[in-house]
Amino acid sequence: MSEIVLKAEGVGKRFGGFTALSGIDLEVRAGERLGLIGPNGSGKSTFTNCLAGAFASHDGAFTFKGEKLGRLKPHQRARRGLARTFQLPRPFKGLTVIENIRVPLAYAGRDAATEARAMECLETVELAGKAYRMPKELTQVELRRLELARATALRPELLIADEAMAGLSDSEVDQILGLLFRLNEGGTTIIMIEHVMRAVTQFSQRLAVLVAGRKVADGEPRAVLSMPEVEEAYLGR
Amino acid sequence: MDPDLALLLNGVVSGLLLGGLYAAAAAGLSVSFGMLDVVNIAHPAFMVLGALLVAVLWGATGLDPLLLSLLLTPAFWALGALIYVAYHHFFERRGDEAIQGLAFFFGIMFIIEVGLVMTLGPEQHFADAAYANTTWRIGEIDLPLRMLVPAAVALAAIGALALFLRRSFTGRAIAAVAQDREALRLLAIDPVRIKRLAFGISVAMAALAGGALVVVQPVDAWSGHIFIGRVFAIVIMGGLASLGGCVLAALAFGVVENVTATFYGPSWSPAVAFGCLLLVLAIRPQGLFGRAA
Amino acid sequence: MSGTALPALPLPAPRRLGHAGFWLASAVAALALILALRGFGSEYAYFAATFVLQYVVLATAWNILGGYAGYVNFGAAAFFAAGAYTTVAIGKALGLGLLPCIGFAALVGGALGLGTGILTLRLRGAYFAIATLCLSVVLQTIVVNWSYVGGSRGAYVLRPREVPFGFDSYSGFLCAVVVVLAAAAVAIARTIEKSRLGLGLAALRDDEAAAEAAGVPTLRLKLIATTISGAMMAVAGAPLPYLGSYVEPNSAFGLAYAVNAIAMPLIGGTASWAGPLIGAVLLASLQQAATVTISSAANLMIVGVVLVVFVCAAPHGIIGLFRGRR
Repeated sequence: MSEIVLKAEGVGKRFGGFTALSGIDLEVRAGERLGLIGPNGSGKSTFTNCLAGAFASHDGAFTFKGEKLGRLKPHQRARRGLARTFQLPRPFKGLTVIENIRVPLAYAGRDAATEARAMECLETVELAGKAYRMPKELTQVELRRLELARATALRPELLIADEAMAGLSDSEVDQILGLLFRLNEGGTTIIMIEHVMRAVTQFSQRLAVLVAGRKVADGEPRAVLSMPEVEEAYLGR
Repeated sequence: MDPDLALLLNGVVSGLLLGGLYAAAAAGLSVSFGMLDVVNIAHPAFMVLGALLVAVLWGATGLDPLLLSLLLTPAFWALGALIYVAYHHFFERRGDEAIQGLAFFFGIMFIIEVGLVMTLGPEQHFADAAYANTTWRIGEIDLPLRMLVPAAVALAAIGALALFLRRSFTGRAIAAVAQDREALRLLAIDPVRIKRLAFGISVAMAALAGGALVVVQPVDAWSGHIFIGRVFAIVIMGGLASLGGCVLAALAFGVVENVTATFYGPSWSPAVAFGCLLLVLAIRPQGLFGRAA
Repeated sequence: MSGTALPALPLPAPRRLGHAGFWLASAVAALALILALRGFGSEYAYFAATFVLQYVVLATAWNILGGYAGYVNFGAAAFFAAGAYTTVAIGKALGLGLLPCIGFAALVGGALGLGTGILTLRLRGAYFAIATLCLSVVLQTIVVNWSYVGGSRGAYVLRPREVPFGFDSYSGFLCAVVVVLAAAAVAIARTIEKSRLGLGLAALRDDEAAAEAAGVPTLRLKLIATTISGAMMAVAGAPLPYLGSYVEPNSAFGLAYAVNAIAMPLIGGTASWAGPLIGAVLLASLQQAATVTISSAANLMIVGVVLVVFVCAAPHGIIGLFRGRR
């Protein structure tokens, strides 16, 4: 079995008196495709934000590639190979499509921000033809692809795809799924946070379920989905 | 009594009275900036506009300045609502409020001030209330009514506003819009309508504050400038959306400024007060009386 | 870059001048301007050009933070005055002329910008804007109470008797200095805009969290921009005492500087180096003409109205009108 790339120990987060997340333990192995699901408000986004470093502090600890993440800023985590996409695509709307990709390349410090490398990234998401357009000229699914291209421009070890398929049509979901599969074959570990159940079950090798800020299940997808507590909490029965 | 102590006590008391005036000036901004997240840097300019209109009307009618400012509030409410409609149409809706929106209010401020200079001239204007020359004395402490009455009226107006925000349905909707716009949508309330109403209220408060200001001191078209920093400082120190915090911060600000002026000369007082603000921003950005986010 | 629905053919990458080429072009433009003004040779031409060009420096400097990074600085007058008073203080203390004083002004302005940035840039943008307003008041209070530089009465600065570098008059020399400063400011702004720093600032202006997630160290970039912008605004103010031979706090901290520093880039267009240049030349020339013909109040009224009309009707400035994209 491959090595553990990410380890979360006792991760929790409170907002004032409200506990959004508590005691999350999670291990993710290199090359794995993990689905993270849960009803609205179960703490998936909070977990993503803790992992990506968007909050100044939280309980517990993350270990990524053997290094404690501690209080590293989001950009420091990004450069260490921890990438994320946002629930709603957040392109830099004042920059052209290719400039959007040049931003992470320029600040990675190792890979020169050449036009060629950026174009290569765009080709993998089939956006090369719109390289010099502005983001507002793109369709919803193209924005999702741009978001993925920007997140993976640095060839991260781990990608958190936060609802990358919300609001897309069936065929568009298939496009994005295909992209994620290809990234995974290229060696990127992927945590998929998703409400589109068809995509999650098709994609995930393993499922973790959050309910009310706690992890209630973690294992083989079919087994997890048939657990009574998951059915009850997640499917509302 | 020890003369230094009497000086200090008088400094504190007149500082509190000055704080009452600051509270009036800042309360409206606490609604617009604190609750609605509209960075209305023209707020003190609206106050000066109110003050000068009161001075002109006082010259024409001889009515009490504070009463005149109360009569001006409906017109100011309408002006505020109109400006919010423009602000929303051009900036908020587009998501451009950051630079362009700030510049918009900066321009509004300029137009008001320069407009006042061009119509009323650059000189100072004043309005004398009937009680302006009366001073109550309690022991060694002076209580000039010229300061006390505006402060009391201002605090009463803020109290009424706080009651409105807490008790009435519309008031609670304004408080809710500060928390979460989506929540209002679910209740089928149009957040834009609520914000328009609230912004009108904030500008109406500026008219009242102008009435108080012109009773306390002569006002010229540029008098708003020294208030810009002060009112924002007070609103931030007060924890943004809290009227109570705003009043406490205003009183504290008035005292610090006034005591500094008493002991080190008036030219130093702004620096001390703004030094406080910079410290608050650096150490406790949620304000002295605000809760941590 | 028209919006017509072309098939998905990759549009060619826009060609552009390299950094060295742009600096060279700026130097040539500066030289040409100096020679042209020399040709005029009138004191008024020198004064008017200096007036307009100091605004080019100020607006360009403001735009590095305000336009590229999207952080509004209302305290342009404070930085400008800090530069002017650095000239007064250093000139008096060390007996140095204008050129070394400009260097000191850059240091003072940069330190002020960095300090303000450290205090407030971790917070939302509006706090930075308000803190810069306060900075104006604090600095003005300090200067008013600082008798060494004249306090509230102001200070006289005598122009040196001999004119350096073979200029026909000191005004001519002063004007040439400001021409060079303006050319350098525009070239610096353009270099930043087309560099990695400019790309990162543009990213964080649009979305700070997304920029962080893309590996951009947003706080460090904002501090760099604040420092450079502050230094350049102070440099813009450094020649002021020699321009009128006299400075006093109310004019050095005057609101005309604060409003113009904001209005000029916004009217020209904040996304590119050309915006503040166009805005400054237009607005400052307009004001220079208006001061001669109508009152100074009407003068400011024009700036205010033009500013409001532009931010409402043309949010991307004159450049945005011509480019018609976004």
